[in-house]
Formats: sequence, structure tokens, C-alpha cells
Amino acid sequence: MNASFWDWSYAWSVLPSLLEGLKITVFATVIGSAIAVVFGLVLCMLRLARVPVVSQVVWFLVEFLRGTPFLVQLYFIFYVLPHYGILFSPLTTGVIALGIYGSARAAEFYRAALETIPTGQWEACLTLGLPIRHVWTGVIFPQMWPIAVPMLGNLVIAMFKDTAILSTITVLELVARAKDAGFQSFRYLEPLTMAGLLFWIVSYAAARGIRYLESRNAH
Amino acid sequence: MSTSVFDYMPFLLGGIGVTLKITFAAIALAVPVAFILAFGRMSSWAVLRWPAGFVIETFRGTSAVVQLFWAFYVLPFFGINLSPMTAGIIVLGLNEGSYFSEVVRTSLKSIAVGQREAATALHLPRLYTFFRVVLPQALPVMVPPFGNSLVLMLKFTALVSLVTIQDLSFRAGLIATSIGTSGTIYGITLALYFIMALGLAAMIMVLERVVNRWAGKHTGDEAFFAPRKSAIPAWAFGR
Amino acid sequence: MPTDAPIPTEKGARGDILKMRDLRKAFGSRTVLDGVDVDVKAGEKVALIGPSGSGKTTILRMAIGLTKPDSGTIQIEDKYLWHEMRNGQLAPSGEKNARISRRPVGMVFQQFNLFPHMTALQNVREPMVQVLGLSRKEADAHAATLLDQVGLSTHKDKRPAQLSGGQQQRVAIARSLGLKPKVMLFDEVTSALDPELVGEVLRVLRELSHASDMAMLLVTHEIKFAADIADRVLMFDQGKIIEDGPPSQVIGDPQVLRTRQFLRAVNER
Repeated sequence: MNASFWDWSYAWSVLPSLLEGLKITVFATVIGSAIAVVFGLVLCMLRLARVPVVSQVVWFLVEFLRGTPFLVQLYFIFYVLPHYGILFSPLTTGVIALGIYGSARAAEFYRAALETIPTGQWEACLTLGLPIRHVWTGVIFPQMWPIAVPMLGNLVIAMFKDTAILSTITVLELVARAKDAGFQSFRYLEPLTMAGLLFWIVSYAAARGIRYLESRNAH
Repeated sequence: MSTSVFDYMPFLLGGIGVTLKITFAAIALAVPVAFILAFGRMSSWAVLRWPAGFVIETFRGTSAVVQLFWAFYVLPFFGINLSPMTAGIIVLGLNEGSYFSEVVRTSLKSIAVGQREAATALHLPRLYTFFRVVLPQALPVMVPPFGNSLVLMLKFTALVSLVTIQDLSFRAGLIATSIGTSGTIYGITLALYFIMALGLAAMIMVLERVVNRWAGKHTGDEAFFAPRKSAIPAWAFGR
Repeated sequence: MPTDAPIPTEKGARGDILKMRDLRKAFGSRTVLDGVDVDVKAGEKVALIGPSGSGKTTILRMAIGLTKPDSGTIQIEDKYLWHEMRNGQLAPSGEKNARISRRPVGMVFQQFNLFPHMTALQNVREPMVQVLGLSRKEADAHAATLLDQVGLSTHKDKRPAQLSGGQQQRVAIARSLGLKPKVMLFDEVTSALDPELVGEVLRVLRELSHASDMAMLLVTHEIKFAADIADRVLMFDQGKIIEDGPPSQVIGDPQVLRTRQFLRAVNER
């Protein structure tokens, strides 16, 4: 075994810790995505509804969140909340920040999906005199989801990768643990490479899942 | 409290230069990388297709943070000692280049088959067909996603602060730990990033105009800031 | 079944500019060409008619090498499109050889396929510069003449987006003519046009058929027009040529039932 190149025994010994970190990564991704998917739609609707003041504020907020780095948003939330007496665990803070950033991105995807629906659909609803609620629930949303789902799927994968940034506020997710192991043993090669592999495996599987969903929806 | 914050402003603002330098250097790397990878993926030779696919999958499938740490912590182990700045630019360039290569590939493919068939039927040389028929039609399509990539790159540069590069985020962090008014500092930093993003967006609008003109796509003077008409009618919200 | 076995060469009959032998093509499970032979003499005007999917467009595309047959040979003048002589035997060859062999052929498309980022003049001029090696000035002069011949001299600096369909198609014809092809292929060149614009294109085609000595193959639904200008009409059905003869016969007095049925259905529009 080429011990100077890759140390298998070391790699295996690090794996359990990495997998623990992966659990946290997945947890953060799932909760954060759930927040993003739900709030993204809310934000999108608020923005499109052209409610005076509210819509403009929401629009600005969404553009601001999309145009600034997640890292700095995370720092901001992490350090600001305690001043208002809100004391969350780093993980909770991280998940909330992830959810907020994700909502802004999701809001843009929902908007894009809605804009893609042919104007003829809206015109048909109007000429048929359908009640507004039914227009949305019966005609528009059912057409929006097949367009939005692939984009949201990619968002989830992106958020999965963004969880690595939570390591900066002491959340012990996958990358934090890899760095930790590397720091303690002075060998970063195995832990970081394995962390990379784990990321790759999960996001590849998720991407295949999305493509499968896409092909099912296409019928 | 505010006076001490403003004392540190010059130091903070100095980070803008570093951030922008990395942004532009990395995007300058990402564009050729994107084209090379796109050609690789479209090649009929598997010996080019597979490595290109591998690079794209690797950089798109793993986290940019992991890639940066890998370049920073692991490469020295192999005897490759890059300065943090170089490592950061290379990683970000390869990362964004991998994503953008998909845009390049799909826009080149999207140029209607009819154009390429016409070029064949006119016996035009292949290089000419690519540079004077396909590319002028594909480039305008690539500009808006390129704009996205540019803003994304700006945001990614914040990550290089994690590998000791003294960009805007790094300096903000330093100041915050020194004087404790984190909220203000990070708030200002966010605003600075946002302003930069707006500046980049404006640059992209100019680029769009220039590219469209080069590709001969103007039939007159279009309204520059024409608001986009929404497909969603106002009555849908009960107005 | 497609075969790559060496095929014995045939000395072309005198005057043959295009020889297509035993062409077969299937897309998946659908057979589009089922053993088709076509010989075209220099200067001959041939019309190809028949229902959609009968293989007539596929044959046309094969004549310029845009579609490769599963089996069979195509000869343009004396060169094979997808084969070459190696050690005295015919062997399959690829795109590189096809590029050379297809030079005498030109094609006009149903969708015009003009280059949208160039003016009409540039569209016509560029191939002459790139392929014939003319200087830009010479090519500009020739291009202006060609555009004049198709009646578009006042529009030469306009972009395709500023031209009507009929005008665009006429530019496309001028563009292909610039390379002085020996065989011109026309793939339903009026089918995408508004009815009132069809006439101006047909007029140009009619002039071409009288004035030029190049062979012309036209896939068309304009039966009357075909009868007018063609020396020969080929009726396609289900991947085979079911009737081949002068317009007076194929269109005027078809011998095959299917041809009669087709023409009757077309006339009832």
C-alpha cells in the first residue's frame, strides 16, 4: 500500500465522523429547503400581487438577498440575533439563514415558471369567467409545478452544497468535521477528498432523481 | 460607537478592490474554460468527452467550499504550493467555468440546424461556419446567463475569505471581531456587495448591447431600460 | 441490410450528372427509402411529387449529402459521395470526402435559412468569397448582379428580418446561384410562404429553368408549376418511385392508380 500517497486506514477511521457530519448536512438541507420552497412561493406571490409598498419591499428584499453572498448574510444573522435577545443554536441559525437565502432564490424560480405559462392560458380563464381562486388552483399552479420542480430541485442541490458555509459558525457538519480531522492529524487529503466524494455522491443521486421526475412529468 | 466603525471604513473599502480583482480574474478564467469544456463535451472523440465530463461533474457536484479547502490544504501535500490568491482564482474559475460550459454547449446547439445545413449546402469552410455563422448567433444568447455567472462569481469570492484572502468579507470579519459592532459592519458589507452587484448588472446591460450590435442584431434603437412586460395579468390578483 | 462490401463501379451514361443507386434509409423502425434509383442528366429539370413521408425530401437531402443513406451509392459527376476508390476497389468514406464530392450541388431550403446577422448582399457575397476565393469587391459586384436578376437590387442592404418570406427565398436562391452549381436542389421552397408571395418565387424558378443549363431537382406541391417547367416528374410513395416520366404522362395521364389518387386529392384543395 502506497502509504505516502493515500492512507486507507486513516481514511476509514475518519469516515464515521464524516458521516455524522453528513447527517447534520442533510438535516440542514432538508429543513432549509422546506422553508425555501414554502416561503419562496409566498414571497413570489407578494411581489407579483403589486400590493402598494409591500410588493416593492419584498421585491427589493429578494433582489438584495440574491445579490449578496450567503456567507455574509449568515454572519449578519448569527451576530445580530443575540442583540435582540434571540438565542438560537448555531445549527438553528444556520438553517434559518439557509432558508431565507433559499426563499429569495426560490421566489425568482417561481416567478420565472409563472412567466413561462402561455398568456393564452390567462386569456382563456378570463374569457371563461373562472373565479380567481380556481384560476390559480385549477389552471395556473398545476402548470407551474412541472416547470418549477426541476429548478427547485437544482436549488435543493445548491443548498446542500451551501451547507458547507455553516461550518464557519461552528456547525459541525460534513466540511467542518473534515477540516477538524485534517487539523488534528495534519493530513487533509483523505478527509477533504472523502468529504468531496460524499458531496458528489449525494448530489449526483439527487440530480438523477430530478431528471427522473422531469421525465415523468413530461408525459 | 459609530465613530469607531467609520475609522475602519478605509480598511473595509480596501477589500472592494481585492474582491473585484478576484471576481474579474476568475471570470476571465471561467470563460475560456467553459468553451474548452463545452467543445470537449460536444466532441465526437470519447478521449475528449470523458475528461471534460469528469471535470464538469466534479466541479458542479461538489461544494465550492470543499474545492477551496482542497486547493488550500491538500495541494501543498502534493508539492503544489499556490498562493491563496492564485488557488482561489483557479478554483473559482474552474468551478464557474464548469457551470457556464453547459450554457455555452446549449446555446451553440440551439443555433437552428437549418443554419448549419445552409452552411454545408453552401460549402462554407468549417472554421468560417463556426466563427461567422454559428457564434454570432450564439453569443447574444449567452450574455444574460453570463451576467448571472458574473454576479455569482462576485458572491463566491466571499468564500475565499475562508482561506485567508483579505477580501471584503475577510476584512469585515476582522473589524467585527475587533470592535464588536458586528451587525453594523456586516450590514454595511452586505450593502457594499449589493452595490457591486448592481454595478455588474449595469455592465452586463452594456455588454448585451455591444454583443447584439456586433452580431448585427439591431434594426434600430431599442429602448434601453424598457420594462419587461409581465405575462401575468393584473386581474389575477383582483385588481 | 446495409452493406459495406465493395461495390463495382459503373461508368455513368453520357450526360449523367447525378446517379443514385439502390438507396435505402430507415429512421428507427420507419423505412423512408426502400431501394430508390435516380439518374439525372446535365441540365435536366426534374420534379419530385408525392405525399409527405414518401421519401422525396430524403432523396433530395441525400443528393447533397445532408442525409447519409443506410446503403446504396450516390455519384455526382464522376465522384462518389460516400465512397472512394482505394486500391482499385470502392470503399466507404466519410465527411471529408463528401465535402469535396458535393461541391457541384447547391440547395435552397423550405425555411430559407438565410444568415440573420448579415444583409442580403452579404448573404449572397460571403460564399463567393469563402468558397470561390473572389475578392470582396468582385464578389460584391457579382452578388449585386444576382440580386438584380431575382428582382431585389433595391433591398440588398436589408437584413432578412426586414424582408418578406418571398424576398428572403429569392435571396436564398441568389445565394446558392453565386457558387455556379451544376445541380440545384429545391426543397418545397414555396411551402412556407404566404399564398400571395408564392408567385414571385415561382417566377424566378421559371426563369431559371429556361435560362440556365444546370440540372434542377424540385420537391414541390405546386403540381401545375411542376408540369409547366419539368422535363421529368417522379412520383414517390412509401419510399419508392412508383411512376417516372414526362409531365404529360405522370401528371396529365398517370398510368399508376396511386398517382391518380394523389393528384385527385391534391386538386381538390
